[in-house]
Amino acid sequence: MAAMAPGGASNSEIYKGNAGKLLLPTWLVIGFFLLIPVALMAIYSFLTKEFRGGVIWEFSLTAYDQFFLNRGLFGDEPPSIEWTYIGIFWRSIWQAGLATVLCLLIGFPTAWFIATRAPRDRTIWLLIVTVPYWVNLLIRTVSMKFLIRDEGPLNALLLSTGIIDAPLGLINTNLAVQLGLFYSYLPFMVLPVYAAVERYDFALSEAAADLYASRWTILRLVILPVVKPGIIAGCILVFVPSLGAFLAPDLLGGAKSFMIGSLIEEQFKGAAGNWPFGAAAAMILMTIVMIVLLVYARSQTREAKA
Amino acid sequence: MKQLDLRRFPGFFAITLACVFVLYAPLMVVAVYSFNESTSITRWGGFSLSWYADVFTGPESPKFQRAALNSLIIAVLAGSGATLIATSAAVAMHRAGRFKAKTASFALINLPLMVPEVVTAVASLIFFTAIGFSGGIGTILLAHLAFCIPFAYLPIAARMQSISDSYEQAAMDLYATPKEAFRLILLPLMMPGIFSGFLLAFIISLDDFLITNFVKGAGVETLPTAIFGAVKQGIKPNIMAISTLMLGVSVVFVTLSWLIGRSGQKTQ
Repeated sequence: MAAMAPGGASNSEIYKGNAGKLLLPTWLVIGFFLLIPVALMAIYSFLTKEFRGGVIWEFSLTAYDQFFLNRGLFGDEPPSIEWTYIGIFWRSIWQAGLATVLCLLIGFPTAWFIATRAPRDRTIWLLIVTVPYWVNLLIRTVSMKFLIRDEGPLNALLLSTGIIDAPLGLINTNLAVQLGLFYSYLPFMVLPVYAAVERYDFALSEAAADLYASRWTILRLVILPVVKPGIIAGCILVFVPSLGAFLAPDLLGGAKSFMIGSLIEEQFKGAAGNWPFGAAAAMILMTIVMIVLLVYARSQTREAKA
Repeated sequence: MKQLDLRRFPGFFAITLACVFVLYAPLMVVAVYSFNESTSITRWGGFSLSWYADVFTGPESPKFQRAALNSLIIAVLAGSGATLIATSAAVAMHRAGRFKAKTASFALINLPLMVPEVVTAVASLIFFTAIGFSGGIGTILLAHLAFCIPFAYLPIAARMQSISDSYEQAAMDLYATPKEAFRLILLPLMMPGIFSGFLLAFIISLDDFLITNFVKGAGVETLPTAIFGAVKQGIKPNIMAISTLMLGVSVVFVTLSWLIGRSGQKTQ
C-alpha cells in the first residue's frame, strides 16, 4: 500500500519522549493478535497432528515431508518428489500471474485515460473505478458467479441473440477464477499506475515526438520506463492477494482450479483436518509472499540510491 | 505536419469504458434481479419488492438480522478501537521526533497488510485455540482489531503529513500545555483523517469473510459468513436482495467518505 514513510513533517518533537506510551497499544494489539499467532503457527507446522483437528505437542517434520515428498501409500517406499501440493502452489502462482497481467492490460489504459483528464474530472473517474471495490468482496464474487453461470443472464442474452448456441461453460474454469481475481483487485492496479502517470512530465513525450518517434514508440521507450515503479507496485498489490485468495477460486472455480487458499482452508475447516499440514502450507505461502515483498523493497532502495 | 496529441492513445477510452462496464455489470444485474417477481432466479417475472419483504420478515430473516447485527457491532467496535490506536500511533510517528524502534514500529503497523489474509486467519485460529478462547464475537473482534489498524492509520498519517506543527508551537508559546495543544489544536486538524480512517477500518471489518470464518466458532455468524453459507446451497433471490442492500450501504459510505475527504482538503 502507498503507506507514508516516516520523514517529511514527521520530525516535529512536540511529544518527544512519549513515543513509547503512544505506540504501546499498537505493539500490544498487533503483537498479541498477529505476531505471536504467526510465531505459534510456525511452531504448529513442526508438531504432530491430532485426528479431527488440533495437534499433539511432539516435534515432527511430517507436515513438510508430506508436502514435498511421496513415500508411497504405506510410507515405506524410497521418497520421490510429491507433485500434488507443489502443483497446487504452481497453479496458484500461474493463476495469480495471469490475473495480474489481465489487470495490467486493462488497468494501464484506464489509469492513463483518467490521469490525462482535466483535474476535476479525474476525481469523478477515480470514484467510478473505486466504488465497486468498497462493495463487499463476497457479494462481488457471488454477483460474478450469478452473471456467468450457465443458466445466468450472460448466457441467456448471448443465446437469445443467437451469438452462441450452447452456454459458454465459463463457470468452474480457470478463466472464471482469473475473471474473479481481476474483478476483486483491479483498483489495486489502477491507483498506483494513475499516481505514476499523473506525475509524468509530458515534455519527455514532446522531446521524443520532435525526434520523430511514433506514438507507440513513445509509449514503449519513454512512458513505460518512467512510470515503471507505479506498474510494479500495482502488479505486487494485485499478485499478492490473488495468490492467497479464497473466495474467487472457491466460488467461481471447479475442482481443477483448486488454489492455495482452499488447500489451507480445508485443513482447518474441511474434512481433511490436518492442522500441522495446514500450518506448513501457510508458512510456505507466507515465505513466497515475503520473498516477493523483499525483492520489491530492495529494488526500491536501489532505485532511490540511483 | 499534423500536431500529435501525446496524451491520447487510440483505444484507451474504449478500454476504460469496457473496464467500467465489467466492474458494474455483475452488480447491476444482481440489483435488477433482486426486484424479480419470479422465484426462478433466471426468468424475469415482473417487478416486485417481495424479496425485500422476505429479507425483513421471511423465514430466514431472524438468522440474517442476527448476523447483520453481529457484523455491525464488530465493525463499529473494531473500527473505533483501531482508529484510536492508529491516531495514537500517528501522533508518535509524526510528533515524537526520532526514537528507537521507529522503523520497526512502522513495519509493525503495516504488517497486517503484508501477511496474506489466509495466513492471518490460520494464525488467529491456532492462537485462540492454544490459549483456550472459544470462538465467538470476542475472538472475531480481537482479530479484526489487529488487521484494521493499518487501514485506519493510512488516512490519518496522510493527513498528519500535511499538518505543520507551527500551530501547536504557537499555542504552547501562549502557555497551552502539550495536552491542551493536542486537544484544542492538533486533534481538530486531524479530524478529517481520523474520520476517513474510521470509515475505512469499519468497511474493512464489515467486508471480512476469511478471518471471520476461521475464528467465529460454531453458531456465530456475521453477514458475510451467513451469506457464504447460504450461497453454498445455491443463489436464491433473497440473497440478491441482501446483496443489493449492502451495495447501497457501501455506495453511501464511499460517497460520504469522499465528500468528507474533499471538505478536508478545502480547509487546509
